[in-house]
Amino acid sequence: MGSKDYDKELQDKIPDFKEKEEEIPSAGSFDISSATSAVTIHGWKQILGIISVAVIVIGSWELLVRIFNVPTFVLPSPSAIIRALILSLPNIYTDFLFTLAELVSGYVIGASIGLILAALLIQVPFLEKIITPYILLLITTPTIALVPLLMLRFGFNIGPRIMAVALAVGPMVMINSVTGFRRTDLAKVALAKSYGASTSQIFLKIRFPLALPMINVGLLVGGIFGLITAVGSDMVGGKMGLGNKLSYYGSLARMDAFFGVIILVAATGISIWILISWIGRKWASWKE
Amino acid sequence: MFMKQIIDIKNVGKIYEGEKGLVNAIENFSMQVEEGDFVAIVGPSGCGKTTLLWGLTGLHNFTSGKAYVLEEEITKPRREVGIIFQQSNLLPWRTLIENIYFPLEIMKENINNYKDRIDELIEGVDLTGFNDSFPRELSGGMQQRASIVRALSYDPKILLMDEPFGALDAYTRDEMDTLLLEIWSKTKKTIVFVTHRIEEAVYLANKVYVMTARPGTNLALYNINLPRPRPEGITMEMAFFDIVADIKKTIVKDVQAKKEAGKYRSQEYSTIA
Repeated sequence: MGSKDYDKELQDKIPDFKEKEEEIPSAGSFDISSATSAVTIHGWKQILGIISVAVIVIGSWELLVRIFNVPTFVLPSPSAIIRALILSLPNIYTDFLFTLAELVSGYVIGASIGLILAALLIQVPFLEKIITPYILLLITTPTIALVPLLMLRFGFNIGPRIMAVALAVGPMVMINSVTGFRRTDLAKVALAKSYGASTSQIFLKIRFPLALPMINVGLLVGGIFGLITAVGSDMVGGKMGLGNKLSYYGSLARMDAFFGVIILVAATGISIWILISWIGRKWASWKE
Repeated sequence: MFMKQIIDIKNVGKIYEGEKGLVNAIENFSMQVEEGDFVAIVGPSGCGKTTLLWGLTGLHNFTSGKAYVLEEEITKPRREVGIIFQQSNLLPWRTLIENIYFPLEIMKENINNYKDRIDELIEGVDLTGFNDSFPRELSGGMQQRASIVRALSYDPKILLMDEPFGALDAYTRDEMDTLLLEIWSKTKKTIVFVTHRIEEAVYLANKVYVMTARPGTNLALYNINLPRPRPEGITMEMAFFDIVADIKKTIVKDVQAKKEAGKYRSQEYSTIA
């Protein structure tokens, strides 16, 4: 099936050696180098710059809150936030683990399905053209909106939340992977074919490595989407999770603890970003 | 002396179904190559030289005529035939040595059996010490030398070269030509070399096939009787110039005939200097 496609391509196309990159609508796709260079830190000057910005912002925040005596429920000072975070840690670490479990399982399920579907779909270009709009629909629909529906059917535990995360991550990984797999470099396919490569060899040794940078972008953006969905699902679903704690502290106007949870969520997001872009730089950042 | 005919092309043609209708790339082209020979094909850009080589490699079919390699009709890529592309076509995610092992990997050969041979080839093209470099870290000439080693790694009998040095600067190109002749005399491969530079063809080959513009077909065949190995500075001697001029005249005559017949389109000849 796939091999026929290459054959047809090689038959019909006048060899011109130009890399063909068909543009398809792909949400959240951008150059991996810009994504990863955002966290690449070069030299002590940059580190010093980043730290001094943090010191200035946090310092003046603290100072202004103290000078003008702003009440905690309006805007807590950074020191109050840290204090509240440390004090509430025994209460919220189970929520943190719950959200983390939700995120990681949903991410693994969604990313795997997205990647496999992309690899399968790319073999049938016609099917791909039909399905792509629906994938776009899944991306543009906030999956959090589906959580109440999922809960009605599957209860209020972690299950429907994992589904929501998977639904947010899967299409994102898929659409970026499809874009990656579409990078058909005819000259490289011809190279492999000239040595008698099979369809699966061409896929594994040419098309997959060619797609890797875009797959990594999908995994990166999918990770952040997954986190947003996990926290959102907690807010909607109640009972457990960091999102639930946000609603809880918010309703009590305990803004210091509220901001503490936000710090935790932000730290999780940054860790995801650093981890996946590090993997990308190590394994998927080849350059021509 | 009788020599085996290793490539036999009889009246091949290839018609593409392009977006703007049918494109007649080659028509009625014939060529015979003896084992161990060095044959060059010259012709203007777009005359179907690449189409011809891809057909010989078995990457695509001819739409008419017959083509044989080692007395067997070409239907699919064969181990005896190696191709070197216009660009080095190295895989950017692999190191130099991984690129060189690539054909053996595809053929599921035991790389250990080829290591000594490949080390020797790498030394021969002066790439020792770059095994772990990525293609982007190498110059254009080094990349193309690596692609020659890659093509020779599994020891094919026939080497098809598709304007392999076209993207290189003039100095590197001359160096590569000399290196190629060294490799040829050492390995006794049969080489079919496609180029649009007539000087390069005359310098390298025993026989030069001249093709017309699209649809590409036989225009003339020249036997180059220059001494082997090519003496240094031969490209500046009268005997060399005479052959080159002769070939250019033939091409000019063809252009004029086409002009008179109203079939001439200038851009098809734009690369003829």
